[in-house]
Amino acid sequence: MNPVAEYFGNIYRGIKTAMIGMQITFKHLFTRAVTIQYPTVKMKLPERARNRLYVNMDDCIGCDQCAMACPVDCIDIETIKSAPEDNLGMTSTGQKKRLHVPVFDIDIAKCCYCGLCVYPCPTECIKMTDVYEFSEFDRHNLIYSFSTMTPAEIETAKVKAKKMEEEAAAKKAAAAAAAKAAAEAKAAAPPAPSPAAGEQQQKTE
Amino acid sequence: MEQFLKTLIGDTLLNHVIIAALPLVFILLYALVAIYVEMKMAAHMQDRLAYMRTGWHGVLQPIADMLKLLQKEDTIPAAADRIFFILAPYIVFVGSYAAFAALPFGSSFIGSNLNIGIFYIVAISSLVVVGIMMAGWSSNNKWSLFGALRAAAQIISYEIPSAFAILGVVMIAGTMNLQELSAAQTGGIQHWMIFGGTLSLMKKLIVIPVMLVLFVVYYVSSMAEVNRTPFDIPEAESELVQGYMTEYSGMKFAIFYLAEYANLFAVSAIATVLFFGGWASPFASAMTGPLWSTFWFVAKGMLLVCVNIWLRWTLPRLRVDQLMYVSWKVLTPFAFACVLALGLILVW
Repeated sequence: MNPVAEYFGNIYRGIKTAMIGMQITFKHLFTRAVTIQYPTVKMKLPERARNRLYVNMDDCIGCDQCAMACPVDCIDIETIKSAPEDNLGMTSTGQKKRLHVPVFDIDIAKCCYCGLCVYPCPTECIKMTDVYEFSEFDRHNLIYSFSTMTPAEIETAKVKAKKMEEEAAAKKAAAAAAAKAAAEAKAAAPPAPSPAAGEQQQKTE
Repeated sequence: MEQFLKTLIGDTLLNHVIIAALPLVFILLYALVAIYVEMKMAAHMQDRLAYMRTGWHGVLQPIADMLKLLQKEDTIPAAADRIFFILAPYIVFVGSYAAFAALPFGSSFIGSNLNIGIFYIVAISSLVVVGIMMAGWSSNNKWSLFGALRAAAQIISYEIPSAFAILGVVMIAGTMNLQELSAAQTGGIQHWMIFGGTLSLMKKLIVIPVMLVLFVVYYVSSMAEVNRTPFDIPEAESELVQGYMTEYSGMKFAIFYLAEYANLFAVSAIATVLFFGGWASPFASAMTGPLWSTFWFVAKGMLLVCVNIWLRWTLPRLRVDQLMYVSWKVLTPFAFACVLALGLILVW
């Protein structure tokens, strides 16, 4: 290209492109801003947005499946067996509740909002809501306790469960003793058992 | 104005102090407005909203910003050259403020009615470079030094085309006194320098395109002199943090900022006086008088400031070699050719 033509062409293009740019910015000066003034104006969330977890304890059967599904282990569940005479009621899906749930803690600070806990729930009691404004000044406030049991209830449930356990253990021991007696009775007829076997039996007693 | 004050309080020191302080008051008020306008224009050009919370559409934000800067801790780096470091922002501001002394703010207000007004402004503006070099060197920081060196190279390079453009106007007007230059352009828009001043119609037809080129040359080089985008390579946030201002904080940073905006108005005002009639009303004898003339001066100046802001948020930053190319290979030859052409026309 002719250097003179190139020189003037460059200048011409420089001015022309600057003008085009100015035209564009001038147009945008009067187009509507896309800013959403967040705290006062809120964007509508998508229908299936995944935000803060919520647990409907009336429906929870304490199956621990959500805690097992959680990839970041933010769900902490403890259960106590209920006594046969206690009626814990039914879930809304028609399942019988067999376990007390004294602890159902979700550390929402750890939660990664993957929603994997929602799918395994057999009673659909854990779900993700559209609440996303829940910042706290203290990190410990982000551990949400969903359990509805009072300490007294937990205590009685524990006592009952222990009693049940003891009863069960006693039953088991009685059964074991009976079995042992039967075994001993059997052993009486054949020659005496080896000393090692006797020791082992003593241990189990 | 001066006469009025003299009759009011006599020829005392107070009189001079008031005259000297008035442009300062103007700069402070103007800076608040300019920062607001700049942020709003920048935001709306990018389809944003900018400040919306402080006051109606955030009008109080510049004041809040200023208060914040006043309260900020003023840190000086341990390895910095303390004396120069402290002195630099004041020298930069003095350089840009001194230019206001010779600006005709209206038909009856000018800080100092110098015969060599424009020459004085061109000379005193060079003080800014000294301040910037001091800031860059004393910060003891590589980015600051790079920024200062770039700023010095840039401002010195662009002073040549801008001086040539000024020379062209001075040749037609026959005066360097900005007050007289403005007075010569009264009597309607056709007497403005960009339309050939008070030359005869035949000569005007040849002079107008030359003046347009001179105006573009002056405006581009003035933009470079105040270090604004697309010529903001001395500050280049993405490369040099803040250039020579990197180590500054609190009030010293605010003074740099103020100096930048003061400079911006100064160059726009000079462009106004040189090409758009200064304080002269565009409607012949309508809307004249001391107050109207001040209004016209400030309004025209602000309009050019807005155009500058508009350009700033349109164009990307130039590379260093492109910057030098524009100055030495484009603006300077064009300005020189225009001055030559004007000389021939005037002799003819």
